Amino acid sequence: MIPAQFEYVAPTTVEDALAALAEGGEDAKVLAGGQSLLPVLRMRLNAPSLVVDLGRIESLRGVRDDGDAIVIGAMTTHSEVFHDPLVNEHATLLVKAIEQLADPQVRHRGTFGGALAHADPAGDLGAPVLAMGATFTIAGAGGSRTVAADDFFQGLLTTVIEDGELLTEVRVPKFTGWGAHYEKFVRVHHQWPIVAVAAAVRTEGGTIAEARVGLTNMGLTPLRARSVEAALAGQPATDEAVRAAAASATEGTHPPSDLNGDADYRRHVATVLTRRAVLAAAGA
Amino acid sequence: MTRINVTVDGASYSDDVEPRMLLVQYLRERLGKTGTVIGCDTSNCGACTVHLDGTSVKSCNVLAVQADGHEVTTVEGLATDGELHPVQQAFHENHALQCGFCTPGMIMQSIDLLKENADPSEEEIRLGLEGNLCRCTGYHNIVKAVQAAAGGSR
Ligand SMILES: Cc1cc2nc3c(=O)[nH]c(=O)nc-3n(C[C@H](O)[C@H](O)[C@H](O)COP(=O)(O)OP(=O)(O)OC[C@H]3O[C@@H](n4cnc5c(N)ncnc54)[C@H](O)[C@@H]3O)c2cc1C
Ligand code: FES
Ligand code: FES
Repeated sequence: MIPAQFEYVAPTTVEDALAALAEGGEDAKVLAGGQSLLPVLRMRLNAPSLVVDLGRIESLRGVRDDGDAIVIGAMTTHSEVFHDPLVNEHATLLVKAIEQLADPQVRHRGTFGGALAHADPAGDLGAPVLAMGATFTIAGAGGSRTVAADDFFQGLLTTVIEDGELLTEVRVPKFTGWGAHYEKFVRVHHQWPIVAVAAAVRTEGGTIAEARVGLTNMGLTPLRARSVEAALAGQPATDEAVRAAAASATEGTHPPSDLNGDADYRRHVATVLTRRAVLAAAGA
Repeated sequence: MTRINVTVDGASYSDDVEPRMLLVQYLRERLGKTGTVIGCDTSNCGACTVHLDGTSVKSCNVLAVQADGHEVTTVEGLATDGELHPVQQAFHENHALQCGFCTPGMIMQSIDLLKENADPSEEEIRLGLEGNLCRCTGYHNIVKAVQAAAGGSR
């Protein structure tokens, strides 16, 4: 219930946070909203000697317009992203996913950057961000680098963020006017998805002009269903056409087998959820 | 030890705490505010819900040091001059508690949800309370109480 002892610092700038992390070395841990880290510390699955709290760094918070993209600060909470007018106008897929992520109390504390840095395969933000082709800005001692969503997720709870580095912001291209839907399959409402599918669709008349599809919990990282995207382009937004395209959602997936369902079951569910998500996003 | 300054239920406190101390521990063990309870080990149950700067959080999943400079309201800070908060009153009148263990968290989260949506539907109330579990499963009357507190127009 109670974490092991640690030293604590709460810097107010990214530079000070990086300096603290450099000093703390590999025993230092970044604290964002704490909604995943504090349970881990309480269960003593991890016992860092230094915790660097980003909660007082104002520059990491908020959403701004950047031409053809919106930029979301890593420390913007789930509930702030959910209510943000820019996100609601240009990235409705995020709104749809956050609406179903955890519960109100957790959404008040948990952050956009924290959830992505945590990289839980069942996390609800990875698939939408991957599907939208976001880029991640990571700050380190030697300056900042940007990483494409396709390269960001490396494996189970692992991203390209190295010790001593910080995720500072995520740049999400604008999907203005696209329809979006996040179809999440769970047993209990505020829990992690067994499988979920994120879909953004641009329709012209009754035809799907372009589609983006991301899969949650179908492997150790979120996955982009590129073959489904290709199969959907130019198709009518009908149940029949979307059902046929959704059949390839399982391509390249490695779903886990656990108490919630085995891998074959998840593969089946993924095709069903893909069909539902795409049809809902297309408004059909 | 880290020095923190917090306002809890309207009173200011200045205390030295270990960084690992959870906000719920601080409230219960340092300030004696045992109205906020601990119902689980996984941050699932919501019994420990308090308001941090006016929004609901699970105080078992916040460090006391993270509350430094901020304002906390617990279920003990709701009544004014001996008069129950309208949501407390509604829980009382609608028999929205059995053993009462989930009640502090249910009340704090209900206030939060009514702040965001003054006239919620039944579905919206159930969604707003999704992070709060009632082991006695008395959800119907809890929902009724929230509807009553909202004015019961829906
Ligand atoms: C009851 C409950 C239910 C939940 N349900 C869901 C759910 O349904 N779906 C879902 O997706 N999530 C769920 N979550 C998790 C939630 O989304 C968390 O907010 C999120 O996983 C972590 O975000 P955080 O800001 O709290 O990060 P923290 O817990 O503070 O940090 C998480 C990890 O990321 C690292 N980190 C954080 N920020 C940075 C940064 N800027 N740079 C580098 N490293 C960083 C930390 O060191 C840590 O390892 C749930 C959590 C709880 C407690
Ligand atoms: S004690 Fe905090 S959520 Fe259960
Ligand atoms: S009244 Fe007993 S837990 Fe809710």
